[in-house]
Amino acid sequence: MYQYDELDQALVDARVAEFRDQTRRHLAGELSEEEFRPLRLRNGLYIQRHAPMLRIAIPYGLLSARQLHTLAAVARRYDRGYGHFTTRQNLQLNWPRLEDVPEILAQLATVQMHSIQTSGNCIRNVTADHLAGVAADEVDDPRPYCEIIRQWSSVHPEFTYLPRKFKIAVTGSPADRAASEVHDVGLHLVRDAQGQLGFTVLVGGGLGRMPIIGQVIREFLPVADLLSYLEAILRIYNRQGRRDNIHRARIKVLVKALGIERFRDLVEAEWQENRPHHVQLPQAEVERVRAFFRPQPYEILADLPAPAGNARLQAWYRYNTHAHKVPGYRAVFVSLKAHGEVPGDMSAEQMDALAEIARRYSFGLVRVTHTQNLLLADVRQRDLEALWRELEALRLATPNIGTLTDMIACPGLDFCSLANAGTLDVARQIQQRFDDLDYLYDLGEIEIKMSGCMNACGHHHVGHIGILGVDKHGEEWYQITLGGSASGVTALGEVIGPSVRKNEVAATIERIVEVYRGVRADGERFLDTVRRLGIKPFKEQAYAPHPAAA
Amino acid sequence: MRLILRQRELVADAWRYAGEEAGADAPLIATLAELRTDPERHLARRGALGVRLTPVDRVEELATHLPRLALVACEFPGPGEGRGYSQGRLLRERYGFAGELRAVGAGVKQDLVFHLARCGFDALELAPGEDPAAAVRAWQRYEVGYQPGAAQVVLRRQRFFAATPPA
Ligand code: SF4
Repeated sequence: MYQYDELDQALVDARVAEFRDQTRRHLAGELSEEEFRPLRLRNGLYIQRHAPMLRIAIPYGLLSARQLHTLAAVARRYDRGYGHFTTRQNLQLNWPRLEDVPEILAQLATVQMHSIQTSGNCIRNVTADHLAGVAADEVDDPRPYCEIIRQWSSVHPEFTYLPRKFKIAVTGSPADRAASEVHDVGLHLVRDAQGQLGFTVLVGGGLGRMPIIGQVIREFLPVADLLSYLEAILRIYNRQGRRDNIHRARIKVLVKALGIERFRDLVEAEWQENRPHHVQLPQAEVERVRAFFRPQPYEILADLPAPAGNARLQAWYRYNTHAHKVPGYRAVFVSLKAHGEVPGDMSAEQMDALAEIARRYSFGLVRVTHTQNLLLADVRQRDLEALWRELEALRLATPNIGTLTDMIACPGLDFCSLANAGTLDVARQIQQRFDDLDYLYDLGEIEIKMSGCMNACGHHHVGHIGILGVDKHGEEWYQITLGGSASGVTALGEVIGPSVRKNEVAATIERIVEVYRGVRADGERFLDTVRRLGIKPFKEQAYAPHPAAA
Repeated sequence: MRLILRQRELVADAWRYAGEEAGADAPLIATLAELRTDPERHLARRGALGVRLTPVDRVEELATHLPRLALVACEFPGPGEGRGYSQGRLLRERYGFAGELRAVGAGVKQDLVFHLARCGFDALELAPGEDPAAAVRAWQRYEVGYQPGAAQVVLRRQRFFAATPPA
């Protein structure tokens, strides 16, 4: 993985010193809350329902064992012994004390971590495909470009006070495991007819109140032009994006208002006119960064058959491991979706243990997926059974990846001050109702995504089944959508009808999947059935029969 | 008398805004709206002329007048307003403006100084109550940076450079 050089380290250290001083001034009454707010947000610090929340960047989801140990130590010492992994590959601490945050950041800096720009109206932590570098279908490894973007966007002089937040995702594979089409900018690595490497650039995607799928602004952008082109997009956005209404301030609103053609013309004109001042991305710099992401020193091995014997091991192999492009290896998902646990939560003990497991089984690296799980990317197939036993003992081997209980949920009303409704107890309700693994396997691949409010941190619009918490006269209700997807063909789900009461959510989902079981064609996935039949048959059966009619 | 930070020195401001007491030929900062209404009178005045832009003003509109201007002031009215950074860079880079580039408004505080200086601002009209000494220190809050930036801040190390180095 990337290692900081003297420049990278000096910048992060300077940032820690700056924030220490800002926090001190705030606590001393020299910086009002209003003045402190934009500064703390740009360091990942929110003031939440119960306590501050600190969002730590895990750039493109990659963590070393040493970093994971440090996160465990921080969670233990400054929080309540756990952390929460988010859909944007970050880690959130829910209970730090404001006065401790500078010290937390100083400790993170010792292992080349930070929380720079993980919130606020600026360029956020850049995300990537969690199978980067190991998937057979990829054009190129997206992570070097993510690292370059991370650096270029950090403490950017011109683009740190944008109209609204700005999220960039990079995918190296046409399968788009980074949900790049619902980001402000999505970058797809491609090769042109001459075999030259570049990006297809999408702009204006996003979820939230106004979910939109990104549109192509440029079919092919050579790698050397990456940063200058991003600057052209950002300059148009910084100058012309709306600042009068927080709900109309994302770049998607500007792109929609102007139309993609007009927006593209503006960006291209800005980019051409600014040529003498383009920020350069020399090939030598690309190569320098790429060198950190060279393939691991794999052993020459042959593929082994799937493990036999233990049924739970077989299920785990089938659901929680993924093909690797190198023979004899597999990528292994570490499920943070054990039934009865909060999706995405991990205890400090689990972090420490997993860090050691990563050292022994996967070159000392762990990845965070945007489905709130972790991944050991490079495991020898002959080690799988031993690894499984260790993960099982840590409750990190629930064989449910890609099934209905591998759901995504934002923190919701329990932690988030913007929430309309709880998500964690609904997740628990679903886990309880769908606790039978054989039933889950029969249902096959189904993604549930849940958000506690319209801000859509849980990406509910792109869930095969989306759940959105709404507030009805002070009560928690839930709106259900079907047919969303963030991979392959991105699609936004359709609302099935009136929202349901909290205690009805899991039962409603059960009625929906029962319809699927009744009408599916042989081998047809839930999403494909919804696409084929539309939402009508589901809608008709989703609601509990009226007692009088029963 | 107003004090401003110019090139990190605290100095008395020789400039006056329209409506402020001054001699007929004293250096004057007009708003873009004022310049627009009566360009001849402003451009023909004997004394130095500067223009103050609000965040919505477009620097392109000023382009033809720049050779006549000794100062451009950009407004930073609050912590969230970021259009002035683009105005600054455009003036310095695209239009090669070499006069005084001033940041003005309630948002001009020490925590923004580094960004302002990197975007080409060499003069700061600090918000009321701001400590000039702290603002001067903030000029060099970071000794390293990734992006190209104005020569106002000399970095010990920088990663990315512009096609043409800034003047
Ligand atoms: S979706 Fe809403 S409730 Fe959930 S984390 Fe985001 S802002 Fe909070």
